[in-house]
Amino acid sequence: MNVSKPLAAVSAIAMAIGLAVVPAQAARTDIAVGMVLEPPNLDPTAGAAAAIDEVVYANIFQGLTRFTADGEVVPDLAKSWDISEDGLTYTFHLQDGVTFHDGSAFDAEDVKFSLDRARADESTNAQKALFAEIADVAVIDPQTVKVTLSEPNGSLLFNMAWGDAVIVAPETAETNAIQPVGTGPFRFDDWVKGDHVDLSKYADYWGEPAKLEKVTFKFIADPTAAFASVMAGDVDAFPNFPAPENLEQFKADSRFSVIVGSTEGETILAMNNKKPPLDNLKVRQAIGHAIDRQTIIDGAMFGYGTPIGTHFAPHNPAYVDLTEESAYDPALAQELLKEAGVSDLTLSLKLPPPSYARRGGEIIAAQLKEVGINAEITNLEWAQWLQEVFKDRNFDLTIVSHTEPMDIGIYARDDYYFQYGDPDFKAIMDELNDTTDPDKRTELLQQAQRKIADDAVNAYLFQLAKTGVANAKIKGLWENSPTQANDMTEVYWED
Amino acid sequence: MILYFLRRLTALLLTMFAASIVVFLVTEIIPGDPASFMMGINADPQAVAALRTELGLDQPVATRYLAWLLGMLQGDFGQSYTYKVPVSELVGDRIMVSLPLTLYALALSTLIAFPAGVISAARRNTTADFAVIGATQLGVAIPNFWFAMLLVLAFAVNLHWFSAGGFPGWDAGFLEGMKALTLPAVALALPQASILARVMRSSLLDTLDEDFVRTARAKGLTRSQTLWRHALRNALIPVLTIVGLQFSFLLAGGIIIENVFYLPGLGRLVFQAITQRDLIVVRSVIILLVFAVVAVTFLVDMAYAAADPRLRRRPR
Repeated sequence: MNVSKPLAAVSAIAMAIGLAVVPAQAARTDIAVGMVLEPPNLDPTAGAAAAIDEVVYANIFQGLTRFTADGEVVPDLAKSWDISEDGLTYTFHLQDGVTFHDGSAFDAEDVKFSLDRARADESTNAQKALFAEIADVAVIDPQTVKVTLSEPNGSLLFNMAWGDAVIVAPETAETNAIQPVGTGPFRFDDWVKGDHVDLSKYADYWGEPAKLEKVTFKFIADPTAAFASVMAGDVDAFPNFPAPENLEQFKADSRFSVIVGSTEGETILAMNNKKPPLDNLKVRQAIGHAIDRQTIIDGAMFGYGTPIGTHFAPHNPAYVDLTEESAYDPALAQELLKEAGVSDLTLSLKLPPPSYARRGGEIIAAQLKEVGINAEITNLEWAQWLQEVFKDRNFDLTIVSHTEPMDIGIYARDDYYFQYGDPDFKAIMDELNDTTDPDKRTELLQQAQRKIADDAVNAYLFQLAKTGVANAKIKGLWENSPTQANDMTEVYWED
Repeated sequence: MILYFLRRLTALLLTMFAASIVVFLVTEIIPGDPASFMMGINADPQAVAALRTELGLDQPVATRYLAWLLGMLQGDFGQSYTYKVPVSELVGDRIMVSLPLTLYALALSTLIAFPAGVISAARRNTTADFAVIGATQLGVAIPNFWFAMLLVLAFAVNLHWFSAGGFPGWDAGFLEGMKALTLPAVALALPQASILARVMRSSLLDTLDEDFVRTARAKGLTRSQTLWRHALRNALIPVLTIVGLQFSFLLAGGIIIENVFYLPGLGRLVFQAITQRDLIVVRSVIILLVFAVVAVTFLVDMAYAAADPRLRRRPR
């Protein structure tokens, strides 16, 4: 025993010296980010899959403008712009010294190419409507592009911030699906199909360089596997975590931080407005009053989500809270049904796969039962849903989350699946497009929100929450989701 | 023998042809359009139509079937609608995960099952026998995905010895690859090993009751000598049949385990392709699997014929 004491002392000193000499461990510069769905390809200009933007937006590809974490539209590849008096001409001044990841220079020709490609007849851009008003794109000089509109569009700068409007090079446009080449702070390295995509920092990036050296997106669809991957440390951050039931456990664990924010996903109980008896306003209002939003949020979403009374995101400054207009009131719902002369009502309720629809659907069916409406649930997979509900409109009710930002304009579409297309609403939207004054635009947006709430086009349920989990030392992740993206440009590890 | 070979070969070709029609028609009938799936619910109808043209979906059914069939005969399986890469490349990548996983699981299951089955049969009605019976009963009863989750909890979440899932790719090194496949292989192997051990045991017990075993014993061989030299070899036939069946089951049927460990294998590829209506991938992969099964059956037929002359004779 006596012999070992000096030894212990020596080793203790050695350890102390060792600790003092070794510098503080440098912060990590790599990150593994979990995603539920794998992108089918990596070209955001040809396909609507959210997973594409979740990998490439702001990381690999950039547009003339971009969304910030709080949804603001700010300059990106265009450093500034001038708008003509009549609102028909936008002159974009481009950033200097921008190069694509293959080393080629970015200039006005690339902008012209990208916009012309997106709005061409044979374009397969899923959001082609974003470019509808563009009549001409002209190159003034390598740093200047003039975009001429056929009619004023107050949303042009907003539209240009979408992932579908990113600038691509003519030489690589066709191969971006498998080998994306953009202008962003990260370049594409490798894609092991079914497993992960690797990005690394682009050394010649024109702007503020990224803090991370390497980003890996791992694709984990199964909620249990997602939970295990975070617990085991295989994944450092899971911004859209698929198992909200596990969040409490992460909250209690100091190794992790739980990030709860808002998305652009208005989750609605959509109704087939042309199909009797749903063409009757009173019946639609009755359904609205039969639904208790908070119960659905608690039951289907584990409490995450914000009730909405119209098709608009609550975090948007122009939002009006209209939830009272269709407040939970089963007695009123029954009265409205009586007034409409409807009894013994049976409606189909067709549900796509996401849990908000499947779990929410069960709760809604029970609530409708309370007021005497019998909802027959059919579970569909996405492709079937797109065919039966979206295309053939063979449904009465369905639950779906509309995840595109500022998509109230879909209510102006004639043939859209819930078949609203009201002329008065369309007039509001037309006026909105012609308006560039921010105050006036806000007023029109509010008018539009009230109009679709008054007409009870759909039953508006809740704004989908963004529930993520990350290692507590990771900073700079987006809290909200103004567009579907995992912007890694500001992300870093704390020491 | 040549006639027998030709007969079996014709049967193989006809089966493949029939399968191609069935697979094509079934994928044609299921509702859902790949173009609408890719473009989402905010898409411009004109852009969806343009994509349908680009993918060749506006062609008549017969034209598309023939194009697919002729392409396959030339070794061209078409291009995935969603991934935009050749199907053969996709399948090639996935086989590099599924096949090693299958072989790994099969090797583990055989390594566990053979000794367990032999010990159990040789020491019938002893503690060792009851232990094997009990353990295999449990192994058959436990669903492999649940066992997989337990493995993840123990070895990934708590001990951090393994990743909870994923596959780094063989580029990351052979050992890294094998490490990623270890937990899935164990999860897959357990129920298979249990079945195999039970088959091994009962087959061996049956053989031990045969006359030739009694003869061998009468000649003066010890119990273990008869077991090793005579009984085991004959007992192996049903066991090998099961191993063969397990191989094709594991190759295509590992999908649940692939999901638990998010491995990029064949099963998950088909599953994903079905949900995305990437019909060309669904068709080509299913046809390849059909081919694999038919070809294995063909080889087994040939092997039987080589072993048993009676089969070669023309049926009267």
